[in-house]
Amino acid sequence: MRFEGTDNYVATDDLKVAVNAATKLRRPLLVKGEPGTGKTVLAQEIATALGAPLIEWNIKSTTKAHQGLYEYDAVARLRDSQLGDERVHDIKNYIKKGKLWEAFTAPQLPVLLIDEIDKADIEFPNDLLQELDRMEFFVYETQETIKAVERPIVIITSNNEKELPDAFLRRCFFHYIKFPDRTTMQAIIDVHFPGIQKMLVSKAMDIFYEVRDVPGLKKKPSTSELLDWLKLLLHEDMPLDVLQSRDPTKAIPPLHGALLKNEQDIMLFERLAFMARRPTS
Amino acid sequence: MFFSFMEELRSAGISASLKEHLALLAALDADVIDQSPEEFYYLARATLVKDEALLDRFDQVFGKVFKGIFTEYGQNPVDVPADWLKAIAEKYLSPEEMAKIEKMGSWDELMETLKKRLEEQEKRHQGGNKWVGTGGTSPYGNSGYHPEGVRIGGESKHKRAVKVWDKREFQNLDNTKELGTRNIKIAMRRLRRFARDGAVEELDIDATINGTARQGWLDIKMRPERRNAIKVLLMLDVGGSMDPFIKLCEELFSAATSEFKNLEFFYFHNCPYEGVWKDNKRRFSERTQMWDLLHKFPHDYKVVMVGDASMSPYEITHPGGSVEHFNEESGAVWMNRITSTYPATVWLNPVPEKQWGYSQSTKIIKELVNDRMYPLTLEGLDDAMRELSRKHGH
Repeated sequence: MRFEGTDNYVATDDLKVAVNAATKLRRPLLVKGEPGTGKTVLAQEIATALGAPLIEWNIKSTTKAHQGLYEYDAVARLRDSQLGDERVHDIKNYIKKGKLWEAFTAPQLPVLLIDEIDKADIEFPNDLLQELDRMEFFVYETQETIKAVERPIVIITSNNEKELPDAFLRRCFFHYIKFPDRTTMQAIIDVHFPGIQKMLVSKAMDIFYEVRDVPGLKKKPSTSELLDWLKLLLHEDMPLDVLQSRDPTKAIPPLHGALLKNEQDIMLFERLAFMARRPTS
Repeated sequence: MFFSFMEELRSAGISASLKEHLALLAALDADVIDQSPEEFYYLARATLVKDEALLDRFDQVFGKVFKGIFTEYGQNPVDVPADWLKAIAEKYLSPEEMAKIEKMGSWDELMETLKKRLEEQEKRHQGGNKWVGTGGTSPYGNSGYHPEGVRIGGESKHKRAVKVWDKREFQNLDNTKELGTRNIKIAMRRLRRFARDGAVEELDIDATINGTARQGWLDIKMRPERRNAIKVLLMLDVGGSMDPFIKLCEELFSAATSEFKNLEFFYFHNCPYEGVWKDNKRRFSERTQMWDLLHKFPHDYKVVMVGDASMSPYEITHPGGSVEHFNEESGAVWMNRITSTYPATVWLNPVPEKQWGYSQSTKIIKELVNDRMYPLTLEGLDDAMRELSRKHGH
């Protein structure tokens, strides 16, 4: 069972090593990186590559750690007690399994994705320490211990909105997806748009990296934005010479809406264009 | 070997622990990687570093500790394909130069020399990230010789293990942690004070169960939602000497507006006097009287003043000292009124703390806010929020 990337996902060597270490030792893999570099997709691709089911736990600011384990629905039980429902006598009927429970007891070894762990409260990772370390937890209501049959493969993504506690980090492997260089980017594009015109890609990438290099951008376009933009260019059947014969006075690339997501950034480009128009005497 | 590696890592400030060291050994034991230095480097990195800002430091330590150990690796003689050399030569030499070279000897001879040159380069090249440009007199190219795109090293099968970490690709991630709005928000979270007030709209399960048990019938209890009840008054210095700090203040402001529901902000210039304003374009026409402000907002508001406190001391100490208008009462009087109305007042100063001592006015302001002046850094902000969240008697 080795992860080598898939038909739709280009994995760099260091990423492969990190993923293989995490799957082999069954320790969580923490993935960080700029937004749009394929952190969430990674978990899906690992699941596909290993032929394992994927269990996704998307974290929000209101998510609590125990929701991943189980929730006791007191209100439903209360209601049932009023209605004289038979189910009320067994507390098990009111315990809802969380994603972790699901992953621990899955019939087939699953990949568990804990997406954007940094969105939750600062204490959230700490509350999951023991559960992720020993892969077991205790249900107070029924007095039973849920233990993982086989330790699931856990992928955790973070956007760096909050720092994660040390104790938590110690239990994980870590990988930082850096922004792909041109060669990797070319490979990624080939995977997504097989048979795309080479010239178009190379021109588009020139423009893309140029845009990324403009100092002072609030939000630099990322891989997913480049892919969107290419899709748009293809869809609009943009003639190649529009990209090729770029006039310096038109600093804004065609269909820029896919690349620049911020009105300040667009203003910046307009200003640059204005400056380029002025005679340089 | 490993122990000295761990020691080096720790002394470089990467806090790798025993647990991680054991994980690395376990991974090696489980044959996770092929036996190549590169894979080992990737594995060690994934195991021991947990912060992208430290990746560059890790690369350096790795290079230092394992230098000389991997030198045997990748020392096979370099076999440079002939047409490759031709391609390079054609790419980088002008026709005239080619002609000159032809004069030097036969093409094969020339290729042999070029091949040797490339081998030498490969050997000499112990790290770093670019290939040499042969400069000056050599017939094999001029100072512009730069085989980019030819990729003699890098991704070819001759790749040298040392290169991966010697490239130090993560260099620019180190020490670039700016005071982003996210970090500011985290620091501001210290100020959160949850309280339940307002409309009752949330089901209180505990009280409902309690009530139901007591009554014998379903007794629904509701309660107000938990909200951040902290109230903040933000006063920002604008213009003049504050210009270099606009971006920082922008970030602080945007973080603050999203973090606090009860946030009021006002602007002043250099030192607050009898009037402040909310819109910089209409600063002279639409002013809020300071007295109104002091009366309007209750004492439990926390006041955060942001300014560089760099001005002429007269602007604080003397009536009429303001650079913009004639103030009948001195800035110090107004500062005192603010601090006595709002016991929880702090001053955030974007100027680095080291330089405070050189400015007379900074010292005066610092005294006026009872020493509660903090630098506008994450740490300073954290301290300031801690100070604000203390209980203040009035």
